[in-house]
Amino acid sequence: MRPYSLLLPIAALAGCSPQHAGETTLTIATVNNGDMVRLKELGSAFEKSHPGVHLKWVMLEENVLRQRVTTDIAIRGGQYDVVTIGAYEIPVWAKQKWLAPLDDLGPAYRKDDLLPPIRSAVSYQGTQFAAPLNGEGTVTMYRTDLFRKAGLSMPETPTWEYLIQAAAKLNDPAHGVYGLCLRGKAGWGENMALITTMANSYGARLFDEKWRPQFDTPEWRRTMTTYVSALRGYGPPGAVANGFNENLALFSQGKCAIWFDSTVAAPFVSDPKTSRIANSVGFASAPNEGLGRGANWLWTWGLAVPSSSKKEAAAKEFIRWAAGPDYARLVAARLGWLAVPPGTRRSLYDNPEYRRAAPFAAITLKAISAANPNAPSVKLVPYVGVQYAAIPEFQGIGTEVGQQFAAAVAGQISPEDALAEAQAATKRQMAAAGYYK
Amino acid sequence: MTAAAPAIGNARAYMRGRGRLLVSPAVGLLLAFSILPLVATIWFSLIDYRLLAPGALRFVGLANYVRLLSDPSFGPALLNTLLLIGMVLLASIAGGLVLALLLEKVTFGRGLLRLLVLSPFFVMPPVSALLWKNLLMQPVAGFFAWVSGSLGAPPFDWFARAPLASIGLIVAWQWLPFACLILLTSLQSFDREQREAAQLDGASGLVIFRELVLPHLARPIAIIVMMETIFLLSLFAEIFVTTGGGRASSNLAFLVYSQAMLRYDIGGASAAGIVAVIFANVLAIFLVRAVGRSLEA
Repeated sequence: MRPYSLLLPIAALAGCSPQHAGETTLTIATVNNGDMVRLKELGSAFEKSHPGVHLKWVMLEENVLRQRVTTDIAIRGGQYDVVTIGAYEIPVWAKQKWLAPLDDLGPAYRKDDLLPPIRSAVSYQGTQFAAPLNGEGTVTMYRTDLFRKAGLSMPETPTWEYLIQAAAKLNDPAHGVYGLCLRGKAGWGENMALITTMANSYGARLFDEKWRPQFDTPEWRRTMTTYVSALRGYGPPGAVANGFNENLALFSQGKCAIWFDSTVAAPFVSDPKTSRIANSVGFASAPNEGLGRGANWLWTWGLAVPSSSKKEAAAKEFIRWAAGPDYARLVAARLGWLAVPPGTRRSLYDNPEYRRAAPFAAITLKAISAANPNAPSVKLVPYVGVQYAAIPEFQGIGTEVGQQFAAAVAGQISPEDALAEAQAATKRQMAAAGYYK
Repeated sequence: MTAAAPAIGNARAYMRGRGRLLVSPAVGLLLAFSILPLVATIWFSLIDYRLLAPGALRFVGLANYVRLLSDPSFGPALLNTLLLIGMVLLASIAGGLVLALLLEKVTFGRGLLRLLVLSPFFVMPPVSALLWKNLLMQPVAGFFAWVSGSLGAPPFDWFARAPLASIGLIVAWQWLPFACLILLTSLQSFDREQREAAQLDGASGLVIFRELVLPHLARPIAIIVMMETIFLLSLFAEIFVTTGGGRASSNLAFLVYSQAMLRYDIGGASAAGIVAVIFANVLAIFLVRAVGRSLEA
């Protein structure tokens, strides 16, 4: 024990590489999704065009990334120079002054090219704090072959009622096809994202203007009973364990007739290499009850610079490159148009080459444009965010409430009890955080 | 003689002082590594320390504890911790005993069999949880669903219908080899002459097992109970990977995690941690007593 403990500080010293004059190493913490993996691969192009700047990548799973980066920034650790953060964190962290403003990325960055909902998602009080790398909305995916066989036709914008009726008709467990796949896995970014978005389309909201939780309202009751009965009636067995990835696997293997989820899924389900039913996938808009809001969520992963970083200039140079308009062309030239990160810039959707390569381009653009994080509900809300409320407490609330909703899908409790538990849990957490003085 | 006595006493005192001086670095290290974190945790549990709230770090007394104990998920977490320990102990000891008795009878290829029986112990907990969740228990594509499907029965949705028992099953599978191995070695040390004598007296196999073998196994069983309890108190990976928590399957360790890493509430997590330490100590006192009694017997 003793000799090793003496060695530890020396080992720690050896770990930091000496900084030569003019040499900068940027530590980038990022989520391990496809777009980021490709960005890392293409990072050598940046290092070539910017001699003296080295990129050190820390790639982590979404939740681990969130925990690492949050604790590092909260205790001013200063480990990271560039971090990938989601739409939820951007306003929360910007408010805490944890992020450096990114308003000065220059004309080459072409800020005006960003899709307006995305641009507002990465801004706090009019100032941009992150550069979006990809963006997503929601889309209804369905099996055109099954619909044709059953004599059904999907409207351009379906209602929940229509989706559930179609699911009831197409549900065929004996042949391994389930009517409707939806997220059931507990988590603020899993089932909560779906249910909250669905609730918005039924006219519900998470909080009223005085931060009182709204789970005891008739709108939420309608949402929960519809969601639970649809998933229990026409969903696959084990739906309570299904998140985005599990549903993607089920739908690609032809086990779901209808799947409502993120536009991120569109390229995977329409690629014959990753999907068995690539030739019979149809896309429709998110369900809309005609009450003023559709079930359109908005998410984006953006690059941001923690205010604790001492290499801000180099970090911004990297962001200008990675999130700028020229990056799309670089990816297209190396890996093809389908590999370009979608959902952030108007110019990508105006590009005829991209539109030809991506049959889902129009629906993605439409989905993102339909989302409005500043006014997620027809009623007034004190928060920003469609499928989340951008306050620090939401992660904890979403986790706890999500578990109650999952318990309702599993049949352990009734939807009404789940809502009552959700209401009590949210009140408790908001009170503990000092919202009710 | 009488004059030398105080000198010896002095020398003893001197030696004792020297000895204390010599062990002081070790004691110091021990203090630094065990007491300081505990003190820090106690301090954190008394302040309002939320990473995402600006200007926190206010002394709040026992507010974190009050909030924890009045949280409706605290009671179930405590109960789940005990239930999981109980279930896994029961399953692994009963199953391990059966396996050990069978293995003891095998003469050909025992080495290979023992290796196979032992292998679940070497699978990392998250990996085995994933294997069970996705390959065996998954209700659409899993092996169990296929079995029940080919028998004409609907698939059982394990993690929705019986989350705690499913986790208990996975963990019991992991700990079965440990129990089996310890019981097997102690079965092999069972006195052959004693058994032969009992057989000559006309005792049946069942009577020999109940009157001779089981008492012989009391000590190893006590050891298994203690060892497994220590590890099962901090059970985490299996819950994280399969159900991701929830009132039906969170234990105390998972509650601490969800406080610290999902709510970034260091104060609340520290309070939960201290409560978990107290709980573990209470359990340990009972266990040490029980084990001590069986060792004396």
